[in-house]
Amino acid sequence: MPDTLIQGSFIIAGLLFILALAGLSKHETSKRGNILGAIGMAIALVFIILGVVFGTEQTVATMLGDVTLPIQSAAPAWAIIAIVIALVVGAIFGITKALKVEMTGMPELIALFHSFVGLAAVLVGWTAYFQSVAAGHFDPLHSGELFVGVFIGAVTFTGSIIAYLKLSAKIKSASLVLPAHNALNLLAIAAFVVLTVLFVLMPEGALGLGLLIAVTLIALLLGLHLVASIGGGDMPVVVSMLNSYSGWAAAAAGFTLDNDLLIITGALVGSSGAYLSFIMCKAMNRSFISVIAGGFGSDGAIVGAQKDYGEHRETNAADVADMLKNASSVVITPGYGMAVAQAQGSVADLTSKLRAQGVNVRFGIHPVAGRLPGHMNVLLAEAKVPYDIVLEMDEINDDFTNTDVVLVIGANDTVNPAASEDPSSPIAGMPVLEVWHAKQVIVFKRSMATGYAGVQNPLFFKENSAMLFGDAKERVEDIVKAL
Amino acid sequence: MQIGIPLELQSGERRVAATPKTTEQLIKLGYSVVVQSGAGNEASFPDDAYVASGAKIVDAETVWASDIVVKINPPTDDEIAKARESSVLIGLIAAPRSPELLQRLANRKLTVLAMDSVPRISRAQSLDVISSMANIGGYRAVIEAAHEFGSFFTGQVTAAGKVPPAHVFVSGTGVAGLAAIGTARSLGAIVKATDIRAETAEQVKSMGAEFVAVQSEEAQQSSDGYAKEATEDYAAAANRMYAQQVPQQDIIITTAQIPGRPAPRLIDASMIAQMKPGSVIVDMAASSGGNVEGSVADEVITTANGVKIIGYSDLPGRLPTQASQLFATNIVNLMKLITPGKDGNLVLDLEDVVQRGILVTRDGEVTWPPPAVSVSAAPVAASGAAGAGSGTGGGASAAAAGLAKAGDISSQNNVEKNPRDPRVTYAVAAVCAIALLALFAISPGGLLGHFMVFMLSCVVGFYVIGNVSHSLHTPLMSVTNAISGIIIVGCLVGFTALNQATDMFLGTNLAIIILSVIGILLASINVFGGFAVTNRMLKMFRKG
Repeated sequence: MPDTLIQGSFIIAGLLFILALAGLSKHETSKRGNILGAIGMAIALVFIILGVVFGTEQTVATMLGDVTLPIQSAAPAWAIIAIVIALVVGAIFGITKALKVEMTGMPELIALFHSFVGLAAVLVGWTAYFQSVAAGHFDPLHSGELFVGVFIGAVTFTGSIIAYLKLSAKIKSASLVLPAHNALNLLAIAAFVVLTVLFVLMPEGALGLGLLIAVTLIALLLGLHLVASIGGGDMPVVVSMLNSYSGWAAAAAGFTLDNDLLIITGALVGSSGAYLSFIMCKAMNRSFISVIAGGFGSDGAIVGAQKDYGEHRETNAADVADMLKNASSVVITPGYGMAVAQAQGSVADLTSKLRAQGVNVRFGIHPVAGRLPGHMNVLLAEAKVPYDIVLEMDEINDDFTNTDVVLVIGANDTVNPAASEDPSSPIAGMPVLEVWHAKQVIVFKRSMATGYAGVQNPLFFKENSAMLFGDAKERVEDIVKAL
Repeated sequence: MQIGIPLELQSGERRVAATPKTTEQLIKLGYSVVVQSGAGNEASFPDDAYVASGAKIVDAETVWASDIVVKINPPTDDEIAKARESSVLIGLIAAPRSPELLQRLANRKLTVLAMDSVPRISRAQSLDVISSMANIGGYRAVIEAAHEFGSFFTGQVTAAGKVPPAHVFVSGTGVAGLAAIGTARSLGAIVKATDIRAETAEQVKSMGAEFVAVQSEEAQQSSDGYAKEATEDYAAAANRMYAQQVPQQDIIITTAQIPGRPAPRLIDASMIAQMKPGSVIVDMAASSGGNVEGSVADEVITTANGVKIIGYSDLPGRLPTQASQLFATNIVNLMKLITPGKDGNLVLDLEDVVQRGILVTRDGEVTWPPPAVSVSAAPVAASGAAGAGSGTGGGASAAAAGLAKAGDISSQNNVEKNPRDPRVTYAVAAVCAIALLALFAISPGGLLGHFMVFMLSCVVGFYVIGNVSHSLHTPLMSVTNAISGIIIVGCLVGFTALNQATDMFLGTNLAIIILSVIGILLASINVFGGFAVTNRMLKMFRKG
């Protein structure tokens, strides 16, 4: 097999990955994008497995770029059995999980997948370490790279595990605030730098092994602490941030192995994840640093608690049904509460019923609604709501003035007028869906409790809003019945 | 406690202070309600309807013996005499214009809540009868004008020829003005409007009319939601604007009022003389002196050149059913505010600016005027226009529902961070560049090649994702998840580094094999699971 064939397959795979991401930016091209990505992955996998198992030393050297790794030879033939078994087991597990997962459970699944990439990056680093041990030769650059790779991978791993546990409500989603939590994070990073320098200088023997174990543990703890101290409301940012980390972990592994395909892919994922996090932060008018530093979700509860907002009005499903029948334009703004109540199906029923009666129904989605970027869109798509009536905040905000009825289903902070009206509010300046400009606002809510930001919502007390208490799903079904 | 609803005695008054619907709501708050026989007749609410809602129909004496009496117009001396001592009276009082009335009410030891003294803050919008009535008045003014006007409002091309649209000019764009604009627009007229408060221009535009600004140095800002008297310089500029606009109009509706002062004279006889015959002017301020020269309260005057000037002062009362419903709802909202226990017991909280604002007499003392509250979102400076715009924009949209306010209690503070000196930015960038160059100088050659690939990929990733549709964020994340499963390559190459001279399943060889197999397993979950779940999600997105 020609040596250049493998490198060529990397170039094609890299290109296909870029096209995959580009395709995913529009609905029309998104399916094609996903297929291109899968093809790229298949090409890369086939050629690398062939190279690993049947290649010559020359092939392996090509595959790994510069020969900084001590290479023995191509893998023994029996290795293909081990590889195929591992691949098949992983594929079965992955695909069953993918086909079974509820759309409301997407955030957890994605966080879990991130943790796999992180752990795999740690394993790659450790493998590289053992290879060097076996060869009895440590290259300083190589040592540094593998150390960085292990660190990023371990942070991603535990961070994602904590995010997974929080999102699946297996642990409390409130933020953990240790005393001097920022100092702890800085200390961990300082320790990482010191250990790296030591490892580059003295990678051999028991000391090297000890250093590698130490950095792995420190990184595991850092990842745990980083995500544990971020409150539930910031989860969309955390998930996309971990997405970015998993990319950087893959890129670091690429540096360790001198493999350009890993570097390209890792950098693509890392930078796109970082940009997504940036969009999320902008949507909440928060600095990225303050989200990562954590502790936001916990300190807002006291703010504004004593303020007198006046009386809220209650309404009932029959009245809302009447109102909707007589409306010509209705906007639904869902939030995490819709996902919790699993109400997307009933909301879709309501939508199609109203549309059949000639009411213009649209959805307004805030960028940070839900626990995952784009979470609401996926839920609505699952419930077969056509995507062209599901609009972004910027697209719909000017239309609220001409809207007869707005149904706020399980959203709170994202429709809070305090963000634009009260400069002292903790969410001041965050762009929100300006639902209060509509003629009537119906808020579906369990109780008068505050949202994740812990801020009271003056919307509930506005003249033109009314509360519909109870389980969102049941209430929506009541309305559908009354129509 | 018992609430009494008397028959309104003022001549021509057709409204009533409670409707069957609001009666029900008052009873829910714990009150008992008595209504004077025939009180709702003129507003099309027969006695039976009140009885059906749970009220008792009684005579005037019983009504006035109630703990709380709710009416619309200021009470007559006779009514004050009938009222029970230290009972509560709620209604329109016109406190600034009638100090003697206040004194008489105080002498009778009545607690009086003046619905026309509600402070203009967001929270009090639901009790603001001035706004509710002005909304109806503005609507009716257009209807009255249309009644007197000899042509269509809307332009039409018919088989019998082309009809030009009517030109309507609205002066003063408070609630009444905005309601008039909305009504005239929906009848199809071309509407222009002006106001001394330049900040209302956006509200005017939002209602579909053109704002005509007065070309003067000073624009007025309002801190309490009401207009103030203008200076001479401004008045001269306004006069020029009216002189130019008035002759072109078919319908003019003036709504300019200044609390506690005679209405400003906006249009004089010389301007009217230039108008087309058949044009109509509605002077909504006729009863407080008139914006238009020659207008007479409650009458229609026809000038020598055939221009009709309507001076009706009872425009809201001409829609008695609607006006009663809105007034009565405002009353219910007030009762909700002052019945915190919902137990039929009225409790006044004088710390509350709204309740303090409407309380005009109590325990024999006149408590009007209340301490001042400044409420409006006046633009902070010329550059603050955008901020004020969004503050008042909310009011504009509410105007359609008849609840416009000159502003909201909170203005948007433009807290801008001091922009950083660009020189600092350049300096930081230069330091970074030098540090990087120094690093590159000592780094091994192989690294730089990879670094180049890394850097370019970062930039590509950034731009590729730059215009991603928001709704695809989740699929995007799961697809990046799948492709970061490429880390599987790193695990696969582990097999190439086995030392085949030694035993395969001992020492480092064993460690490498175990770690690699686990890695492959994990990464393949990502690869297959990631693409599969993305595919599943994308299939769900469909166009409607």
